[in-house]
Amino acid sequence: MTRKRRRMIFVLTGMVLLSAAVGLVLVAFEESVTFFYSPSELAAETPPLGRAFRLGGLVEEKSVKKLEDGLTVEFRITDLAESVAVRYRGILPDLFREGQGVITEGKLGADGVFAAQEVLAKHDETYMPREVADALKEAGQWRGGEAKE
Amino acid sequence: MIPEIGHFALILALAVALVQGSLPILGAARGKQAWMATAAPTAVLQLVLVLTAFLALMHAYATSDFTVANVVLNSNSAMPMLYKISATWGNHEGSMLMWVLILAAFGAAVALFGANLPAPLRARVLSVQAWIAIGFLAFSLFTSNPFERVFPPPLDGNDLNPLLQDPGLAFHPPMLYMGYVGFSIAFSFAIAALIEGRVDAAWARWVRPWTLAAWCFLTAGIALGSWWAYYELGWGGWWFWDPVENVSFMPWLMGTALLHSAIVVEKRDALKSWTVLLAILTFSLSLIGTFIVRSGLLTSVHAFATDPERGLFILALLFVTIGGSLILYAVRAPALKPGGLFAPVSREGGLIINNLLLTVACATVFLGTMYPLIAETFGYKATVGAPFYTATFVPIMTPLIVLMPLGPFLSWKRADLAGVVGRLKFALLASVAAAALTLYLQRGPVIPVLAMGLAAWLFAGAVIEWTGRVKLFRTSPAESLRRALGLPRSAHGMTLAHAGMAVAIAGMVASSTWKVEEILIMRPGDTTTVAGYDYRLEKVERLQGPNYLSDTATITVTRDGKPVATQRPEKRSYFVQNMPTTEAAIHTTFLADLYTAIGDPDGKGGQTVRIFYEPLVPWIWIGCLMMMLGGAVSLSDRRLRVGAPKRKSGAVPAAARA
Amino acid sequence: MIARRLIYLAPVLVFAVVAGYFLWGLGPDRNPRELPSVMIDKPAPEFTADPLAGMSVPGLSTADLRTGQVSLVNVFASWCIPCRAEHPLLMNLAQRGEVAIFGLNYKNKPAEALAWLEELGNPYGRIGTDESGRIGIDWGVSGVPETFVVDGAGRIRYRHWGPIDRDAMESIILPLIEELRG
Repeated sequence: MTRKRRRMIFVLTGMVLLSAAVGLVLVAFEESVTFFYSPSELAAETPPLGRAFRLGGLVEEKSVKKLEDGLTVEFRITDLAESVAVRYRGILPDLFREGQGVITEGKLGADGVFAAQEVLAKHDETYMPREVADALKEAGQWRGGEAKE
Repeated sequence: MIPEIGHFALILALAVALVQGSLPILGAARGKQAWMATAAPTAVLQLVLVLTAFLALMHAYATSDFTVANVVLNSNSAMPMLYKISATWGNHEGSMLMWVLILAAFGAAVALFGANLPAPLRARVLSVQAWIAIGFLAFSLFTSNPFERVFPPPLDGNDLNPLLQDPGLAFHPPMLYMGYVGFSIAFSFAIAALIEGRVDAAWARWVRPWTLAAWCFLTAGIALGSWWAYYELGWGGWWFWDPVENVSFMPWLMGTALLHSAIVVEKRDALKSWTVLLAILTFSLSLIGTFIVRSGLLTSVHAFATDPERGLFILALLFVTIGGSLILYAVRAPALKPGGLFAPVSREGGLIINNLLLTVACATVFLGTMYPLIAETFGYKATVGAPFYTATFVPIMTPLIVLMPLGPFLSWKRADLAGVVGRLKFALLASVAAAALTLYLQRGPVIPVLAMGLAAWLFAGAVIEWTGRVKLFRTSPAESLRRALGLPRSAHGMTLAHAGMAVAIAGMVASSTWKVEEILIMRPGDTTTVAGYDYRLEKVERLQGPNYLSDTATITVTRDGKPVATQRPEKRSYFVQNMPTTEAAIHTTFLADLYTAIGDPDGKGGQTVRIFYEPLVPWIWIGCLMMMLGGAVSLSDRRLRVGAPKRKSGAVPAAARA
Repeated sequence: MIARRLIYLAPVLVFAVVAGYFLWGLGPDRNPRELPSVMIDKPAPEFTADPLAGMSVPGLSTADLRTGQVSLVNVFASWCIPCRAEHPLLMNLAQRGEVAIFGLNYKNKPAEALAWLEELGNPYGRIGTDESGRIGIDWGVSGVPETFVVDGAGRIRYRHWGPIDRDAMESIILPLIEELRG
């Protein structure tokens, strides 16, 4: 077998593998992308139904309450312009506090309450998730426009 | 005074690195022996200086010297000594210093153990190593000086982030860094080879032990990090496909590929330019791993000490190192002479497939990690999580694992595939048996059944290869033992590592498929049953630790009335940072972990309790340990022992099938 | 032969694309720690902050920024090391009495803030407490210390991230205050 043919075989195998991988990646992106919404964005547009997405913002002050079962927690996530009710069953992360930036992942229920599967708060006190910071900035801009009126 | 000594030593180290980075490499270009000879002493001197700086900082931490800003920000006088020490590297500045220290240590090791390297190669390698050091010493000195003073000094420090006050995490960064930085040696050798325009078997034999050592450390670092996340975060998970985890995993994947391709260069003098590229990429990914999360480019819930202000400096360093080396590669690699011929079905062919699959798998992880950035260019915000990796990474790794047991049976140049498959019929049998057993036990979805079969296939394949070599049961036990002792250590190492991989896979599959999770409110005296075990909450009491308060629950676990364990999960509240942490309680039976964690009290006398039944989770870490040990055993092989190879003495040794 | 060369060039080209992404990703537009530029020249956010208990100065609210006088709003906390560094400069400025200096005590326990001010002196004419950090969010505070220059109409004219050093004080902040007063 010549060197050229051998190289051809490996280059072809590589190509096939790579295109298979690219295919997999594209399909997976299509199917498993988790979009991020801020409360304002959620108010402006309806997210794809039945699909999980991330909702981030600040935990609204004095909005956290435990339901009767002692396990389910309800709170509101706000970007200081709009806010969304969130329900979560489970143990909240250690750093979950009112006024703190959090990201939740889950689906929007028919009752308009966001059913969170996961609540993420960072391990660091001074944490502000970038998505949350950006969302706040955008909300700030929006409010800035209102202030001019 | 001592912090100033440290600072001064660091400045001197930079000066020494400048000498080490210029004189030897120029000497190598002009054939001046005396210039080349400066490489080794400067490398050792650099280690001494950086070590002085590091010890000075450690001293400041150990004595709680609150005139040093870095200590104020990350330590507290009430912390236990272990964490005072580990706080030295539990922050950005200190961890940078540790990074540079390890870099200097590896450089000095090459200088000390590489006495029989050809002088020009050694000079070039050490100079390249010094250039890396210059970049990071400058970074440390100009943007992240750990020795800055505060005046007037505060009475006490801010404390180390409580999540970092944990034995697992105290040793996770050093391990990880030894892995990352260890790949710098392979990188320096690659650059030196490109400059010389020569890659040969001896080169590969010098590169391989360093790569292997780095790989072992990285494996340990990743495993420790994952173990930490598992018991400290109280979520019962061990891998979250978070950017921080991914960036440490990518160099591991590439390093694994490098480890295997270097064998081909060593034994067959082929795949040279590819191996050089892998060496560059592995270290590049290590650099990206160290810095990308730190720069604030990607956000992660697991990242500590991020600072976008330093991002540009970091990025510039990355550009110069990675971009520069890849340009050098583009210019010089075509000049490398192609090596020996081989058929597609051969040991070489198998290792190429291994490399292709690992590289492609690494690329998918890279794309997934970068996805938030890519999405932003298209004007939306999104991330990809575990489902993405399950859909891409897993299907790419599957053929790799299917083919893994075949590889060691293939002969160099040209192999007989049918014969190899024939020798693996017992492995096939074991695989079918494992799958059938799984199916019988769970009667559920088909994927875990296949996956467990695959793990058994890999394990049995590795074991059969080894027993075949020692002729177990086919000759007298004494003869087998003699053969086993006569086998090169690298052969034992490979078997151990491959088998470890199988064990780890079984653990990963089982724990992600059959995990049982229960969250409930319990009052003292309440019992509940999870996966056949009865849990009874005895009491919850408030205890005081050195720098925290703890709510400690006592839970007794019984099975069919027989006591199994008493678990004491905690919820701690650290005074200084006013931050709660969860301390899970774990009882392991080696077939499963019984994992309990507590949350908040419900205010009515009850306590939120989270109970996990985690099947085969310990196997993940046992598997990682086996891989690491495999690497270490391999490393102790005489052929690979650092400094053993000689360039002149026969490029391809006779060691037949090792 | 050229095709062969191109293969060797591929890695560096791929890296160039990745590097471009990184560079863009670190760009100023994406930095979450920057105050949105729209806040500059916009009215300061509406807020009312309670005074610091135990301190003899009043609290702070938006109305206090619209008195026609230029003011400096400094976000501080006792746990913040760089705050110590800039503190003497603020004390100095306060003694000269040219500009009203207001403090926003950010994510800090009142008792600790009090002790801190007693130790180092109080340059602030008014102090608002923001223990939860909520007001800080309205202002876009991302770290402590941070300082805002607010004009007489209550509009934010400048934001300084991190501790003020002598250079920043003399070359940026003082000239700006002069200009606004002029």
